[in-house]
Amino acid sequence: MRGTDFFSIPGFSLPDFVPALASRLPQWPYAVALTAAMNAALRIGVVPKEDIEALEGKTFLIDILDAGARVCFTFGNGIFHPSFASPERADLVFRARLSAFLQLAARQEDPDTLFFKRELSIEGDTELGLIVKNTLDAIEWPDLTALAARPILKFHGFNLETAVDH
Amino acid sequence: MKRLGIPELVCPAGGLPALKAAVDNGADAVYFGCRNDTNARNFAGLNFTPKTMADGVEYARARGRRVLMAVNTFPRPGREELWRDAVDAAADFAVDAVLLADIGLLDYASRRHPKLALHLSVQGSATNYEAINLMHREFGIRRVVLPRVLTLDQVAHIVRNTPVEVEVFGFGSLCVMNEGRCWLSSYATGESPNTLGACSPARFVKWENSSGQTSTRLNGILIDRWTDDERAGYPTLCKGRFEVEGETYYAFEEPTSLNVLEILADIAKIGVSAVKVEGRQRSPAYVAQVTRVMRAALDALERGADAYRVDPAWTAELAKVSEGSHATLGAYDRPWR
Repeated sequence: MRGTDFFSIPGFSLPDFVPALASRLPQWPYAVALTAAMNAALRIGVVPKEDIEALEGKTFLIDILDAGARVCFTFGNGIFHPSFASPERADLVFRARLSAFLQLAARQEDPDTLFFKRELSIEGDTELGLIVKNTLDAIEWPDLTALAARPILKFHGFNLETAVDH
Repeated sequence: MKRLGIPELVCPAGGLPALKAAVDNGADAVYFGCRNDTNARNFAGLNFTPKTMADGVEYARARGRRVLMAVNTFPRPGREELWRDAVDAAADFAVDAVLLADIGLLDYASRRHPKLALHLSVQGSATNYEAINLMHREFGIRRVVLPRVLTLDQVAHIVRNTPVEVEVFGFGSLCVMNEGRCWLSSYATGESPNTLGACSPARFVKWENSSGQTSTRLNGILIDRWTDDERAGYPTLCKGRFEVEGETYYAFEEPTSLNVLEILADIAKIGVSAVKVEGRQRSPAYVAQVTRVMRAALDALERGADAYRVDPAWTAELAKVSEGSHATLGAYDRPWR
């Protein structure tokens, strides 16, 4: 059964050399890109103000295991700021492979499902993690999330029309 | 939208996108709660504000679906007003029914809002027809949600002996099923689903990853430790592995999910009015996946009970989103009494 009407993001792992190589690259461009996108989302008002107050002053780390990418950012004074150095200890850490993050972003899979399957791990402040998860779930996205994932998958050579779930 | 003889499909909504996912994928009714202590899924960032509730009710109604509001925790002394306000809100939104567990609140709702349909929540823990009929006589409840402790024969016995509609659980995570009376979470954290609306509140939960294994702690108590190839479960005491007399095992029960597809025709046949999907704490993706499967199954049943077969694709889809490594029929199919 398909996860969405149009295409399904398969579970995949990037080749082993990718994290070894990519982790030597500067990590801050990822954080700049992600925080810019999140701030844009805040500006168009998809996240209720009261929901993001709990994030004030917190440090987040998104560890994309098979991409060797560690995206670190903080939230302060109402906007997300990229962190240019990995902190000693983030308040909240999400770790998963790229495919799991894409499945979450496209709302194709439920975070609890990925957690049960051990494909997503959460460390640090669990309640903060739940707030982030539930806040993301409550967002009424314009129907663009699925489209946003397409170029990335194409880049990795997936045939979107025939991809099936693992 | 309910078909004659086919149970109503009642699906969970922890937020507006989940509500829309339920409606879009074929739920006959959706259930949700206010963003406070008055419902049994009171987790941070979850549930409905007055604004999202208004939008959700409108969305479901415009598509001919029913909306049910859960006010199914027990009012705390001195703070009863919050629970009464929630019941008043249900009446203001003219929801199709409000799900209540507390007797005082049932009394309040039936007196204050005589036109508001009342369902006895699973948290009300009514497991025999005498209890259900008493609630019907005193408060006029229209429906009871049965706790997941009864065999199918026992459910049939209740259906035969009450004028109240019977709703049963069809899919979702199982716990020890001592609903409305469970104190395990309180024992560990001082907070329980009955009063504050959350089992094992997240601020007491810690996951620690070390090489090859993950440990779960609830308020410092080690609940379980998984190796990387084991499936994980929710961080509740009832699903933990503990050392008992030198052996470490699931001392209460193994994490598992209920799945009634195999006995769906029997459930319809004995006259059950509604089948409920658990999971207001889950994401819109889960709600869409499970609702789609349950709708397909009920539609297949409507085409004829004799030809009804469980499609392996349904089972696979439900297994994917399940807690624990296997699904069960729970108490419905239990050889012993």
